[in-house]
Amino acid sequence: MIESLPKRILTMLKFVPITCALAFMSTSAFAAGHCAAGKTLTDGKFTVATGNPAYYPWVLDDAPESGQGFEAAVAYAVAEEMGIAAADVVWVRSSFDEAIQPGAKNFDVNMQQYSITAERDQVVDFSAPYYTAPMAVLVGPGAVDTAPTMAAIKDLKWGAVGTTTAVPKLYSVIQPGSDPLLYGDTADVSAAISANQIDAALFDLPTALFLSAVMIEGSKVIGQFSADSSENPDQFGMLMEEGSVLKACIDDALAALTESGALAAIEAQWLQDSTGVPLIK
Amino acid sequence: MTRREKYDAAQRRRSLVIAASSTALVILALIILVPMAPGWEKVQSSFFNRAVLAKSFPKLLDAFLVNVMIFAWSAPLIGLLGLLIALARDAKSPALFPLRLFGAAFTDIFRGVPVILTVYLIGFGIPGLGLPRPWNSPYIWGSLALILTYSAYVAEIFRSGIDSVHHSQRAAALSLGLSERQVMRDVVLPQAVRNVVPSQMNMLIALQKDVSLLSFIGPVEIFRQAGVFKSLLANFTPYVGAALIFLAVTIPATRYADYLMAKQKRERR
Repeated sequence: MIESLPKRILTMLKFVPITCALAFMSTSAFAAGHCAAGKTLTDGKFTVATGNPAYYPWVLDDAPESGQGFEAAVAYAVAEEMGIAAADVVWVRSSFDEAIQPGAKNFDVNMQQYSITAERDQVVDFSAPYYTAPMAVLVGPGAVDTAPTMAAIKDLKWGAVGTTTAVPKLYSVIQPGSDPLLYGDTADVSAAISANQIDAALFDLPTALFLSAVMIEGSKVIGQFSADSSENPDQFGMLMEEGSVLKACIDDALAALTESGALAAIEAQWLQDSTGVPLIK
Repeated sequence: MTRREKYDAAQRRRSLVIAASSTALVILALIILVPMAPGWEKVQSSFFNRAVLAKSFPKLLDAFLVNVMIFAWSAPLIGLLGLLIALARDAKSPALFPLRLFGAAFTDIFRGVPVILTVYLIGFGIPGLGLPRPWNSPYIWGSLALILTYSAYVAEIFRSGIDSVHHSQRAAALSLGLSERQVMRDVVLPQAVRNVVPSQMNMLIALQKDVSLLSFIGPVEIFRQAGVFKSLLANFTPYVGAALIFLAVTIPATRYADYLMAKQKRERR
């Protein structure tokens, strides 16, 4: 049967929006009207900075290009949401100091488990949070029997990474009996636990779980602080240059990913189930 | 006043005026030109932020006490070990050749390895062998790393001091019937040590700064404390504050070393 002409036109018209949408999606971020177009460091590319080295479970095998690991996966999901092809995601390495120094940055966003704080927000911009991290207590082999109570953990010899928000938390919430020792990075804290120079260290939960499972033999995550109950929850945000024009696009993308459940799916895939760790009372 | 004196006075005045005006010009140029740079405001707020400085300075001073403490117990041990190494390298008897060999190897190794590597290796490595607390403290082993490195330098300076005492003095003292030991203790060393005091002052100043390297293995001294503030406030001003505290100590020390050196030069003339 031959379709009548009006009907055929109607059918064609039905496909027009879809074809248009497809055309939009297939073009790169150069496409006019796209949120991120012209707002990135290199036009059409999305430059993401990570640590050097980048640690599991945030980035697998120090190879963010693979998209393996939580932060790497989030970066690619956000890029896709903004209409940037995976091939156009460029990775660079940066230290925290490079991220906050005044002047031009060499990245569009920087993802290294940066906790959003009011003071930092005055100097740089943060995206909406992509992860809420509870703080957790990792203890060395000598202290695995410590009860997860404030009174018990106070008397431990404490350590932490000096550049993280674990430090103020340690001083204000735990208030240890002896002066804590502070280190430059996670690897040094691990070395200090292994050398029995400290009993316990404060990390975000995924890092603590990883260290106890893989890095420090005989160590254990004895407890976590609820991320939501604390007055100052530790939320990770993508760090951007102050006044970044890209921030709105990133926030929209993250909101869409949260709404669709994609972000939760990525979290479930890469970050261990943390329900087995008791809350510290 | 003779004509010659008048002329000299005029010359002095003239060079004073020139020096003062050129200095004023340079300072003025810095004050006017630097803030004209497009990024100045950002640099100012992240490196020279008054509010941040006020907030962090008291704690930085507290942390500096840790530096002073580590310095205070390391410096005498460095002096002692340095002197012993220098004497070991100077041993004359053939039977003591192993001692000389040890002295040479010690200075070669600890002068050749970057301080931070020694701090890491000794600070994490030796406690990792399973020492009980408090003997695995990073304060102890970190200090040992500094002591080993610095005594290697200090030993070389002492050795140059020993060499600077003319050989004839040794010969003269020996001919008076003094033993080798007495010659070293009563004739050579007193002069040698005095000759190298200014150079050793420079080592003290360097040590004072390198104490901060212990922050890598845990102690929260001024550099680490400044780093904590830096990452919490996302501002580099605490580092500038730490630098000011260091300068307050090292500039007088440097001037004193200069003074000693000038005095020594005068005495030798």
